[in-house]
Amino acid sequence: MLAIVGTVPHKHFPLIGGKVILEDNDICIQGKRVSVNRGTPALLAAAIKTGEALGQPPPFGYLVGDIGLGHGSRYLYEYLTHHLGESGFHTITFHYLQPDVDWHNRVLFAIEEMARRPILIADAGFMYAAKMSGQAQLYDLFTPDAGELAFMADETAPHPFYTRGFILHDENQVPDLIARAYNYNNAPRYLLVKGKRDYVANQQGILATIDRPMEETLEAIGGTGDTLTGIVTALIEAGMEIKKSAIMAACVNRLAGYYAKPSPATQVREIIRHIPEALEEILEKREEIHKQNAVQ
Amino acid sequence: MGFLDFFKPKWPKAFQRSQSWDRGIMVFENTSEVIRAETLLKEEGWKIRVMGPPPEIRSGCDLVIEFPLIEELKILRTLQKAGVPPKKMVPVNSPLLQPVDLFHIKDFGQYLMVRAANMKLTVHKETLTIVNISGGGCPDVPYLAQEMVGKPLGEAPAPREIGHTLCGYALQLAYEEMKRRCSP
Repeated sequence: MLAIVGTVPHKHFPLIGGKVILEDNDICIQGKRVSVNRGTPALLAAAIKTGEALGQPPPFGYLVGDIGLGHGSRYLYEYLTHHLGESGFHTITFHYLQPDVDWHNRVLFAIEEMARRPILIADAGFMYAAKMSGQAQLYDLFTPDAGELAFMADETAPHPFYTRGFILHDENQVPDLIARAYNYNNAPRYLLVKGKRDYVANQQGILATIDRPMEETLEAIGGTGDTLTGIVTALIEAGMEIKKSAIMAACVNRLAGYYAKPSPATQVREIIRHIPEALEEILEKREEIHKQNAVQ
Repeated sequence: MGFLDFFKPKWPKAFQRSQSWDRGIMVFENTSEVIRAETLLKEEGWKIRVMGPPPEIRSGCDLVIEFPLIEELKILRTLQKAGVPPKKMVPVNSPLLQPVDLFHIKDFGQYLMVRAANMKLTVHKETLTIVNISGGGCPDVPYLAQEMVGKPLGEAPAPREIGHTLCGYALQLAYEEMKRRCSP
């Protein structure tokens, strides 16, 4: 089963664990509804849409309200340390949580108690904590954008806000930043770097690049990175190999964006709506796409 | 060791990095300001401690306050309101690091996007309405987007007023740069 861990931007939203479904533009968990806009609700919505198309059950969500004060996140971290060890999740994706190295490490220790090691995916604040802790290599997949990749490549930076100027990226430097992140052990088994061109990489180097269809406006739309993480999460949970899942997720996210005919003012829920048709099309063309994008 | 333990991943028992990576240091003008700030922050429940400064930032005042770095924006706002703003806030692990000062600008025709570090702010050029906020990973980012998107740049709350984290701080920089570029 798939677990997705994150926060919602409501101060008093209680800590809830349960199956998450999608109704209209809201995610629903244990009788509570949250509007899908960006952040973890957008990740969940994309994962649900993808999973539905693949015949997968709904994900299990661990959600709590947090508007940046960190109280909700720390409450959730603590809850996870008591409950993850006995769980049997196949895949766990960590998302918008207040970065906290101490709590991050305690959660990893709880995961260590699981009977089988799950596939571990991280994005957003939890990915920052994973890098800060020096434990990035224990993860299977991170999904940074170019700015976050620069942070991972800067061995001294505790947060993207403090990334040094000479490392701060230009899109052309992404391959160098990927190499630097791996050199300093600040990257997981696989990286899916989202941007004008998406990159799938591992310790050996860049495995694939995806740059079609090209919709430059997607960079401005809040939540398009969250949907990418949601799609790749669902594909991995469905049993697809991580590298293939990352390539396909990038293609599906780009195509869903293209179908939404986006402007910089488009909201991400308009893109999520197009995920099923984009997935269907990419599945049909899968073999052809792999041939086109594989690095010779 | 149980049979199943054989199949468990071999994870390190000791973490390689110090857990101070998510801590910051505040430097003040003098010791009495340190004491005032310490009292105030402890009263508000922050996990802080007074300590000696690392050699890189030693500047006369012989005490600094260690604080949770991610929540820099919220702590700065608290101290500014109380009239004891720190001279400097820096990461513990590398006190010479500076906040980002590089901005990336993308012109989409009718829309302009400014990026500072990991945060992007996009406005409609003619109406100056904030149409999107993207990037970031701290939990105040979705909250900031909820409160700012759809409002004119001049009327939306500033990230420094309602944000709490370093992502909020990065968005503040993008917001200030956008205002500078859009001012007549």
